[in-house]
Amino acid sequence: MPRTGVFLCHCGSNIAGTVNIDQTIEASRNFPGVVHVDEYRYLCSEMGQDIIKKAIEDNNLDRVVVGTCSPRMHENTFRKAAAEAGLNPYLLEVANIREHCSWVHKDMEEGTPKAIALLRAAAAKVALNEALEAPKLEVEKRALVIGGGIAGIQAALDIAEAGYPVDIVEREPSIGGRMAQLEKTFPTLDCSACILTPKMVEAAQHPNINLITYAEVEEVNGFVGQFDVKIKQKARYVDPVKCTGCGICWEKCPAKAPSEFEMGLAKRKSIYVPFAQAVPMVPVIDKETCLYFRKGRCQICEKECPPQAIDYEQQDEIIERRYGAIVVATGFDQMDPSIYGEYGYGQHPDILTGLEFERLFNASGPTGGKVVRLSDGKPPKKVVFIQCVGSRDKARGMNYCSKICCMFTAKQAILLKEKLPDAKSYVFYIDVRTAGKGYEEFQRRAAEEYDVAYLRGQVGKIFPEGDHLVVHGVDSLSGKVVDIKADMVVLSAASIARADAPELGRKIGINTDSYNFFNEAHPKLKPVETHTAGIFIAGACQTPKDIPDTVAQASAAAVKAVGLLSKEMLQGEACTAEVDEAECSGCLHCVAVCPYTAIDAKEIEERYGDGTLKRTVAEVNPALCQGCGSCSAICRSGSINQKGFSNEQILAEVDAICLQR
Amino acid sequence: MRYRYFPGCTLKGQAKNMENTTMAAASALGIELVELEEWQCCGAVYPLYEDELISLLSPVRTLAAAEGEPLVSLCAACHHVLKRAQELMQRNEEARDKVTDYLEIEYKGEGRVLHFLEVLRDDLGFDKLAEMIKKPLEGKKVAAYYGCLLLRPSKVMQFDDPENPTIMEDFIKALGAEVVKSPYRTECCGAYLSVTEEGVARDTVAKILQSARNAGAEALITACPLCRYNLENCAADDGKEPVQVYYFSELLAEALGLQYKQLMAEAKERRRVASDSK
Repeated sequence: MPRTGVFLCHCGSNIAGTVNIDQTIEASRNFPGVVHVDEYRYLCSEMGQDIIKKAIEDNNLDRVVVGTCSPRMHENTFRKAAAEAGLNPYLLEVANIREHCSWVHKDMEEGTPKAIALLRAAAAKVALNEALEAPKLEVEKRALVIGGGIAGIQAALDIAEAGYPVDIVEREPSIGGRMAQLEKTFPTLDCSACILTPKMVEAAQHPNINLITYAEVEEVNGFVGQFDVKIKQKARYVDPVKCTGCGICWEKCPAKAPSEFEMGLAKRKSIYVPFAQAVPMVPVIDKETCLYFRKGRCQICEKECPPQAIDYEQQDEIIERRYGAIVVATGFDQMDPSIYGEYGYGQHPDILTGLEFERLFNASGPTGGKVVRLSDGKPPKKVVFIQCVGSRDKARGMNYCSKICCMFTAKQAILLKEKLPDAKSYVFYIDVRTAGKGYEEFQRRAAEEYDVAYLRGQVGKIFPEGDHLVVHGVDSLSGKVVDIKADMVVLSAASIARADAPELGRKIGINTDSYNFFNEAHPKLKPVETHTAGIFIAGACQTPKDIPDTVAQASAAAVKAVGLLSKEMLQGEACTAEVDEAECSGCLHCVAVCPYTAIDAKEIEERYGDGTLKRTVAEVNPALCQGCGSCSAICRSGSINQKGFSNEQILAEVDAICLQR
Repeated sequence: MRYRYFPGCTLKGQAKNMENTTMAAASALGIELVELEEWQCCGAVYPLYEDELISLLSPVRTLAAAEGEPLVSLCAACHHVLKRAQELMQRNEEARDKVTDYLEIEYKGEGRVLHFLEVLRDDLGFDKLAEMIKKPLEGKKVAAYYGCLLLRPSKVMQFDDPENPTIMEDFIKALGAEVVKSPYRTECCGAYLSVTEEGVARDTVAKILQSARNAGAEALITACPLCRYNLENCAADDGKEPVQVYYFSELLAEALGLQYKQLMAEAKERRRVASDSK
């Protein structure tokens, strides 16, 4: 017979308000095997833990049940306390009488019997618990950063500075991301390229950083400390070792395509670097538009290239490498506002999104830095900005606030006034949201010193009339309908998750929210962790955010990754599955359901009559097993048991709840 | 192609021309419109409160009378009420049981409810229509005027994009005319305010007509008798050549080469009567 101790937590009034502690204590005394019962106001406190430790020693307890909050909160706390008192930590069970009981029931009449039932089940289970040892796992001392925008660059630099090698995988031909597309940054108006390019160069030159550009993550296997990653290096058709980045190839290339970097507002060549400060300064050939790949002739780049770096025979390659930690920093996209028929985006060249308008300010942008109408090349006199296009729109867009638009609109309005002192800006808004250091002051400066008219209201229609675009909206503060004859309209299109974020999430084993942004493990306390150990997130792939927040989060993710890489060994999962080979029929259903590819088939030899017989059974690799229980649930013969959650233990719990009602 | 046809009261009076021209065009296009027997009011205005079921008795009786066959109407207001009543019958079981119990009929929201323009677009096809046109309206500059009833609420009406519709423009194109896109084509015509607050309706109508004229339109088409009434009766005479307002079906009949002169004479007479009464 076990010697079990039961400990009840009041959790202030969180539990004690809905569960009658005295009655629960009395009931617990009668559970089979229980020799000691105690309670405390906050069991997770040091005092509370001491009560458990002392009781284990004084009463010679060999099993412990704690009736507290969810095991997700404090199972580790109590296991540690038990271990300090000399008890194997897996001989302790948590009965969740808070989230599963007191918080969901109205009164003690409902809460008390439920708490007693949960505790009785835990006591029945713990009697069958066995002492377990968590395996020790090695850590590959290398990190992978997916995405080479400012978030990925910052995370990689911090990890590299801490002394660990790190690879950045970037889908585009150059690192830099969205920040490279910006002209100026709020609220200080420093030039985006001036503060970003030094970081790009630093990343490229850092001895611990390896850039893998024009590449995508194909597959991720393994687990924390030992992620086995397959990376597809897309063929550049240019040998990066020979290439000097001289630029002759893209000067001479006769074929053109819309530039992704310029948001389609300008053309690039078929062999190209996305922008002048690209890192690495090695072009790629876009196979879709290249004359040689399409029609089999041209080859001008090959003929002109001084170091003969062009290689049309290059193939995609798969790079396989092991990493200890992964930081996901894949950034965001801008919503296509053409679903809003009333704004007429896509039907008129002078209706632009915020990011498109940004490019007009840039000296190397589509207009050479001149802010002009794309329809006739004339400088605009009146520009109307429309906020929340797709943001804060339950019916047709996203419910959330995109967070950056109020600020980048104020920035663009200021920049416009500085470039074109005669120009007047109007901003239609729902609310102006400018929380952040120096942000409110910046927006007020736009309104007060740069003559930007803020109109609280929405726009119902934009249509061309002669040379102008009539913006037909309402100023809800004056209650008047306004028609503004604008020269240009800028739509603050919502910041949205990358369309392929869920697909990447599935590949690497992290989940996304209903908007396809990656989920953090806890919205307050684990903002850069994910539910998969060893994988961290940073930047706008988690939710829309500005550059300061992105950089801060990237550094936070880097610290978490470094913390992991600095460990000699990791403690693995103790509650892994094990196969009873004598009973296993070798159907291998378990292999199909295992999400961690931890189960393989194996041949065993058995004595059969006078001879021997070879047959197939399942085998679990405990290093890969994460203890999810899928195999044990699907096993037809009941021959897979999960340690700590054996079929007998689960049935004992069910019996304890059902039979003694 | 066979459809049940619900005319509604206006089509037998004020908007007789829409019915005449549609019937002539339909038979030329091989579309059979079988008028419901002993039809009654469509309900006129869809109730503003979802539990105001008494207003739904009449449209639901109409819907059930189609016996599951596709039900076509021409008047935008009738189509609006029928389509929305059907959607409520499909969505709200409690309302459906109350209404059908009271009427002592079986109806579960079945059958397609269509506006004739949808028949042309979805069943016949505008490409096919264009092939059947005998007298293309070449050079005629026509703008569409949608009003509100066909488009909104868009999730229920499922007619077209409420902010940027194209069905009428595609229709105009099929007739061989030149499409003029007028920015105020989905704005309110003033609706019943032409009765109670005529000034308001005059302002809205002036905007609609001016914007169509500024865009270069000679003619405007509509599918709504009330819109047409307002556009004709609330229009201010500014001495310039007025934009002619037609039912979509009038231009359809003209392009199909049907009784062109007679139809036009009728329209002219009606406009004369209307302006005399002002």
